[in-house]
Amino acid sequence: MFQIVRKQSMAKGTIIRFDVNAPKIAKKVKPGQFIILRVNETGERIPLTVADKDPFSGTITLIFQVVGKTTALMRSLNEGDSIKDISGPLGKAAEVENIGTVVMVGGGTGVAILHHVAKAFKEAGNYVIGIVGAKEKEMLILEREMQGICDELVITTDDGSYGRRGFVTDPLNTYLQERHDVKLVYAIGPIIMMKNVVKLTKKFNVRTMVSLNPIMIDGTGMCGGCRVKVNDKTKFCCVDGPDFDGFEVDFDELMNRNSIYMKDEKESLLASIR
Amino acid sequence: MLDQDVKYLKFRSFLNTYCPHCHNSFNREKQGEQTLNFNALYKKKDMELILSPYLDVFEANATIDIVQDGVLDDLLCPKCKESLVSKETSCGECGSPVGEVIISVFSKLMPFYVCLKYGCEWHGLTKADERRIKLKIPRQDMPEQDSTLRVHNHQEVPYGYTTELALLEAGRCLQCKDPKCVQGCPVNVDIPGFISLVAEQKFDEAAKRIKKTNTLPAVCGRVCPQESQCEERCIVGVKDKPVAIGRLERFVADYERKMDLVKTPDIPENTGQKIAVVGSGPGGLTLAADMLQLGYDVTIFEALHETGGVLTYGIPEFRLPKSIVQFEIGYLKQLGARIELNHVIGTIFTIDELLENFDSVFIGVGAGLPTFMNIPGESLGNVFSANEYLTRMNLMKAYKFPEYDTPMPTGNKVVVLGGGNVAMDCARTAKRTGSEEVTIVYRRSRHELPARGEEVHHAEEEGIKFRLLTTPIQYIGTDSNEVKGAECLQMKLGEPDASGRRRPVPIDGSNFNIECDLVVIAVGTGPNPIIFQTTPDLKRNKWGYIDVNPETNETSKEFVYAGGDIVTGSATVIEAMGAGRIAARAMHEKLTKIRKGKEKKVVGKV
Repeated sequence: MFQIVRKQSMAKGTIIRFDVNAPKIAKKVKPGQFIILRVNETGERIPLTVADKDPFSGTITLIFQVVGKTTALMRSLNEGDSIKDISGPLGKAAEVENIGTVVMVGGGTGVAILHHVAKAFKEAGNYVIGIVGAKEKEMLILEREMQGICDELVITTDDGSYGRRGFVTDPLNTYLQERHDVKLVYAIGPIIMMKNVVKLTKKFNVRTMVSLNPIMIDGTGMCGGCRVKVNDKTKFCCVDGPDFDGFEVDFDELMNRNSIYMKDEKESLLASIR
Repeated sequence: MLDQDVKYLKFRSFLNTYCPHCHNSFNREKQGEQTLNFNALYKKKDMELILSPYLDVFEANATIDIVQDGVLDDLLCPKCKESLVSKETSCGECGSPVGEVIISVFSKLMPFYVCLKYGCEWHGLTKADERRIKLKIPRQDMPEQDSTLRVHNHQEVPYGYTTELALLEAGRCLQCKDPKCVQGCPVNVDIPGFISLVAEQKFDEAAKRIKKTNTLPAVCGRVCPQESQCEERCIVGVKDKPVAIGRLERFVADYERKMDLVKTPDIPENTGQKIAVVGSGPGGLTLAADMLQLGYDVTIFEALHETGGVLTYGIPEFRLPKSIVQFEIGYLKQLGARIELNHVIGTIFTIDELLENFDSVFIGVGAGLPTFMNIPGESLGNVFSANEYLTRMNLMKAYKFPEYDTPMPTGNKVVVLGGGNVAMDCARTAKRTGSEEVTIVYRRSRHELPARGEEVHHAEEEGIKFRLLTTPIQYIGTDSNEVKGAECLQMKLGEPDASGRRRPVPIDGSNFNIECDLVVIAVGTGPNPIIFQTTPDLKRNKWGYIDVNPETNETSKEFVYAGGDIVTGSATVIEAMGAGRIAARAMHEKLTKIRKGKEKKVVGKV
């Protein structure tokens, strides 16, 4: 059993942060890696990326958006409650090295993962530019943390209620036009955002890494549910990823697969209410 | 005296007996119980003698008060009053006179002798007769759920033998002096030994005999491919169907469990040496059990939230009830095994880190990575790998959705790709979860189907269709990207390929569509990469599996052993268990040497 030691509600209660006691994982987990959890005996297994860790106190930070039955159930848990199973760390860690200037682009809950990776790039000695997007001001998360990590930070909101109005691709476009020393773009967020970022960076031929978070069951390379076409080959996010070269990912297929599961998710949530 | 080759027949099943003179039956029914009634002469007194239908001579219900070792003067037929005492034959055990009756063995009549001495349990047949009788008994089928009923539930298909059936089946074993069946068993179970104990109705002892070499008899009795292992070599099988070794194994294991006779054996003094087992599937469990019984400290690391490996996530409930798997694992816990769930070795601990804390490591992680055919449409909705489909159903219990949260993959028309046991499992699971039409699509012919005959038979009984010599070339999707059909090609068999099987060759222009709304791809698996990602110095063979010394199952890393599918690629439960046993033997030998200081351990030596 893994105890929740801290719970924080963000973005009008649609995004929840848990600090969970998992000392072995906290010691091992690297930025970009994820865990699979099962809340209780009848629960499903869902993957969540580790947003942060504290090896000293033995906790890992999980930040998740409430979208389906399991995440709704998790929102109802409080400090002191426990999660039955957490398995991890899983997936390959982000490849972090000192390469100069890096642009970290995040949207929605993707910022949770992004800031863990950004921190590692900063610690490795890179000049880190952050671009963080949200629907509206209230939906923005981890702004303070990102401020602390990034050398420059740009915030965009779709409705202009905070920061710049528009999408993350607008400031990214500006940066790529103005600065020619950007060596790497890291994009983590909704699939459509990552797709658009890649479309843009392809024009400038700037290497772009994306982090995918598709459906998974075991997370250990067994079920193949997380398969994604990368460079026309079938890859498994759980063991070959979750980070891939954005230029090679077939985003359309990924979007199709995700939309199929959204239907199931709704069904599951409805069934739980009935 | 009788010939030397007359022997006590361990044939205790119910018998129909007849008088050799008037052919009247001795069998009587009294208050629902079968008895055999005779007239007897003892110390010149006429008496009525009642025997049990198992020919337990001079049972307690005999009405004559006979002293120990007293011999009847005569044994007579109650109808025709003729003496039954044989003039040619006497007891093979004590030399006393014997009564001769006729028994009916599967509609064939033959003589059978009953010793007239009180206390002598001898009932005899000549060895030739005995053999004839044994070869007359047909292989006993297991009673099973009717196919029309069972497609609506997830309960186990066969009910298992009753005591009567087990005794009959055990009676078929010839007790060969040089048993070929034992050689056919990857863990060398003493098959004639346990079967003879079954025939003597010592079921508990029979279970203990199997457990000497096989930790998981209830599992093996259900899922081992006996027809290509022990039963394939059975001598009875030369002329008739072989002895149903697997069914008997299952019977005694179930008997032991249901009668609560499982006992933890005495464990020798702790050696102080620690073993890490990676993966709690059949290979790991076997090694763990062996090492625990040799006095080692064993910790099993399991990546999932439930133990059992393929026994839990792969094989469906109706073929192997999960309660049995958990019972067998509970036995290991009683032996002292420590089990760490949710531990993915390779990430949470690397193999090298394990070697710092354990004296030896066994890798039995299975071959999980599902294979896809890389044809268009495999990413459509409702196209699953067999692993995902079965994991959802078995491990996550999706068939109990919404009681369990994991959604159940459903479809009215299901296509299962592949012809192995896994394909059969998927097809039969689909049938049980409400699919109307389930079709197995296999590229070769029926003759090459790799699945067990029994599984194919069960699948057919349940109404699963077989589309043989067929291969899909793409899946077609709806506007919302869900699968609606499979475009296939008809195949024909060409020249034999490297595996010796005739290669399927597509027939040009034979394209046709199979309508379907759920596809399960069961065309095999590959090696799981997780351990290799952090243990690059683990040598792999050309297929990417772990390279081991076949004598010891030790890998290229000293003190690291491996076995099961991660070494051989997809194979059977019992082969993984055999690999676990080989590794355990070698590990024990090596660790014993170290204990005795003959060899110094060098950690992480390549």
